[in-house]
Amino acid sequence: MVTPAHFIALAVILFVIGAVGVLVRRNAIVVFMCVELMLNAANLAFVAFARMHSALDGQVIAFFVMVVAAAEVVVGLAILTSIFRARRSASVDDANLMKY
Amino acid sequence: MNHAILLAGPAAETARLVTYWVLAILSVAAALGMVLARKAVHCALLLAVVMLSLAVFYAMLGAPFLAFVQVIVYTGAVLMLFLFVLMIVGITAADSIIETIRGQRLWASVAGIAMLALLSLVIGHAAIGPAGPNSSKFGNSNVSALANLIFTRYLYPFEITGALLITAAVGAMVLTHRERTKPRPSQRQLAEQRIASGRPTPLPGPGTYAQHNAVDMPALLPDGSQSELSVSEVLSGPGPAAAGELPSGTVGQEAGEQQW
Amino acid sequence: MTGSVHSALAPPAAAITSLHATGIQDAAWLLLAFPIAGAVILLLGGKRTNSFGHLVGVAMPVLAFCEGVACYIQMLGYPAAQRSRDLVMFQFIDVGRFQVPMGIQLDQLSICFVLLITGVGSLIHIFAVGYMSHDPERRRFFGYMNLFLAAMLLLVLANNYLGLYVGWEGVGLASYLLIGFWQYKPAAAVAAKKAFVANRVGDVGLSLAIMLMFTQFGSVTFAGVFAQAPSASHGVTLALGLLLLLGACGKSAQVPLQSWLLDAMEGPTPVSALIHAATMVTAGVYLIVRSAPIFNLSAGAELAVAIVGAVTLLFGAIIGCAKDDIKKALAGSTMSQIGYMMLAAGLGPAGYVFAIAHLLAHGFFKAGLFLGAGSVKHEMDDEVDMRRFGGLATVMPITFVTFTLGYLAIIGIPPLSGFFTKDPIIDAAFAKGGTSGALLGSAALLGAGITAFYMTRVMFMTFTGERRWDDRVHPHEVPPVMTSPMIVLAIGSVAAGGFLILGNRLLNFLGPVTGVPPTSHGIWTPAGSAALVLVLIGAAIAWARYGRREVPVTAPAGGPLTVAARKDLYGDAVNESLLMRPGMWLTRLSVFFDNRGVDGLVNTVAATFGGSSGRLRRVQSGFVRSYALYMLVGAVLLVGTLLLVRL
Repeated sequence: MVTPAHFIALAVILFVIGAVGVLVRRNAIVVFMCVELMLNAANLAFVAFARMHSALDGQVIAFFVMVVAAAEVVVGLAILTSIFRARRSASVDDANLMKY
Repeated sequence: MNHAILLAGPAAETARLVTYWVLAILSVAAALGMVLARKAVHCALLLAVVMLSLAVFYAMLGAPFLAFVQVIVYTGAVLMLFLFVLMIVGITAADSIIETIRGQRLWASVAGIAMLALLSLVIGHAAIGPAGPNSSKFGNSNVSALANLIFTRYLYPFEITGALLITAAVGAMVLTHRERTKPRPSQRQLAEQRIASGRPTPLPGPGTYAQHNAVDMPALLPDGSQSELSVSEVLSGPGPAAAGELPSGTVGQEAGEQQW
Repeated sequence: MTGSVHSALAPPAAAITSLHATGIQDAAWLLLAFPIAGAVILLLGGKRTNSFGHLVGVAMPVLAFCEGVACYIQMLGYPAAQRSRDLVMFQFIDVGRFQVPMGIQLDQLSICFVLLITGVGSLIHIFAVGYMSHDPERRRFFGYMNLFLAAMLLLVLANNYLGLYVGWEGVGLASYLLIGFWQYKPAAAVAAKKAFVANRVGDVGLSLAIMLMFTQFGSVTFAGVFAQAPSASHGVTLALGLLLLLGACGKSAQVPLQSWLLDAMEGPTPVSALIHAATMVTAGVYLIVRSAPIFNLSAGAELAVAIVGAVTLLFGAIIGCAKDDIKKALAGSTMSQIGYMMLAAGLGPAGYVFAIAHLLAHGFFKAGLFLGAGSVKHEMDDEVDMRRFGGLATVMPITFVTFTLGYLAIIGIPPLSGFFTKDPIIDAAFAKGGTSGALLGSAALLGAGITAFYMTRVMFMTFTGERRWDDRVHPHEVPPVMTSPMIVLAIGSVAAGGFLILGNRLLNFLGPVTGVPPTSHGIWTPAGSAALVLVLIGAAIAWARYGRREVPVTAPAGGPLTVAARKDLYGDAVNESLLMRPGMWLTRLSVFFDNRGVDGLVNTVAATFGGSSGRLRRVQSGFVRSYALYMLVGAVLLVGTLLLVRL
């Protein structure tokens, strides 16, 4: 019997993996991809809850999340490209001028 | 559409169970692999696996529209965008496995495990009931129901999201735009530059061998050494000569830059 | 002459009700207005008034004296019980319960003082015209002198303690300005400061007394306080009496606040004559006599006054014996004579009138003595060391004669003033009875003998004997502008005492205000005769040491008592060790505490912030991943907290 709880649990696991991935990876693009993973996990949770409540609001929200994620990826990668052109490096650690 | 998803009966139940567990393990493994893989392209492909399994889950959960949107938009557009940028950026030293910040991996793992434990507790305590019946109060298909919601209750978010998309598109164009500061060189000027640069001929192509003919295989020079010029810089990472170079601003036209 | 002198004794003083002033007394505010106008014109007018400044300065006291005489004559026309008149000028303070009208009270006591102040004051002003003729700042001098006169008149004329206090402070200010008149002399500036500070200590007593009066009686006017004083507790009247005594000690240079008087001789001699002989230093006596209704209710306070007076009269006398500076010797004499007045005032109604009588007579002869000393100093090129005088009688005859008359008056040779005014004090002291009476009387007797000794010493060292002058001085008699006041004061020295005492004139006049002695003595009493004998012995000893023998030009070493007397009986040393050094230690402690404690606290707070921020900023590593880690950890904590709360 597959209940929404299963999906929630899966969403949690994927979310945590994505979170750890953001912290551990140095390549900016891979960091972005981990963020996308987190967003997808959240979407899964939304849809599971929507199913649980028999309401479609969760799906609408998941839909909006997808749209916003797409926009975010566009802008983020554009920024990344600009930085790469300037600094020739895609590592998030190299953008560390704001230190004490 | 509804019937295909909502098969009742024990057979459907077993099918769902099997589907869930297989895809769940697959997606978790892919996610882990994504986090741990060395090459960025591998990460992107593993993410595609995760997204596709999520699409199947959406379909299982009675959200067919979302499932298709996931495949088309997310996997098809967003992930491809990632791959394109990977192509531009190429291989850099960022893929090194050595951690530079002290204690980062340790504390990240600790925090991750703690987060996992806490959220599991949350789920354990939360009253996550069984799946309710598919909402058929709108009588018609999932798409119509979604459309009904979007255009009535969630109209404002919809419109604002539209504006957001436009802003994102314009922003991306602005950020990546490179202004031409000099008039576009004509064909004649290009030819003159080429002759004057000392290399009038095209760059050597990658090596083609019996068992490998990938784009990143270097060609061999007559004396047996590898030719650096035969592999695109994108694939091999910046060489020692390019490492110390600091080009001028982002919106400038660099002289030696490869022109697309 | 035996037998009772007091023929028609006035009844003891009952509560005086003041009637409103009429006639010329209605213009009694002129008494204040004239000197104030003089001070304003001279001080604000500045150098433009230099040419006629001294004329204005002399005219104002003279005009005030005329007004005072007119008021006195009018007062004599009233019956004895109705001689107290009130004249309200304006409401000084009008705050809820605290109502203080600024008014003038013209009664017998205040008119005595008014006549003394304006009369002797006018004479000294005339003297100062000649004395300060070579001083370019003469106009400023007269401005300050007029200011002093105004303040002193306010002091004696005010009908409430607060107005008295205003005048009290005013004379303190004028004294400071005048002692330090020659500001370029460091000694003068220091002496002025010392006088002011010592006075301030006494002023604390007076202000506390006024505050106590307000809290206990709700009023500070004389009428209000004296009406309610009988209903106050013993503690309150004792406290009031002691606080008033403290104030009087400061102003009148009594022990323990006596150290400033001898240093105050740094000021010009007219200042010493007017302020530090005749008037300001007698303000303390005025305060005590005016507050008679309070002192009458507290035997303890009265005894304290008498003891202070007795101690001071010996103190001043001993100091005066060893001083070679003629002005300082006379200052010691002033301290001693005021001790006599305080002693008399401390004997209650038995002594008040004699205190005032001695005060009035002392005003004459001490002012005369100081003016004589001023003449000598003027002629001797500002030399004041008596060891460099000698033989001046022949070159300055008028000065010599007036000085001699003052000298005879002060030591109490009949029939001059001192005899008539000093002996009743000694009599009254003995009449007090008991051990206190005996001790006080003996002290007064002894003081009389010592007075004769040191005054005779001054006489012989200055006017007789060999001329020990410096080569550059050529003394001759001073001009008439300076000798005429001295002559007038000499006449007063001779006649004032007899005028006041014989026929009970002052007794009858002042009786309604101060009360009269219960018993009466004759002119010749055993104590008085003993005093005369001691006086002659003292004068003889002085003649033997200074009249017959040569006076050495450099002071000989002297015994321990002489050394002590030269150092003002260690008065300065006591003040320094009791007050100055603890004060300095307190200041140092405060500074230390401020620097280390308060500043340390503030700096520690600042350093804490600085240090912690210096350490905290290392969190900003610049690495985005570190920041992301912090965010995750924070999120974990947040979720944990939420869970905890829910659980």
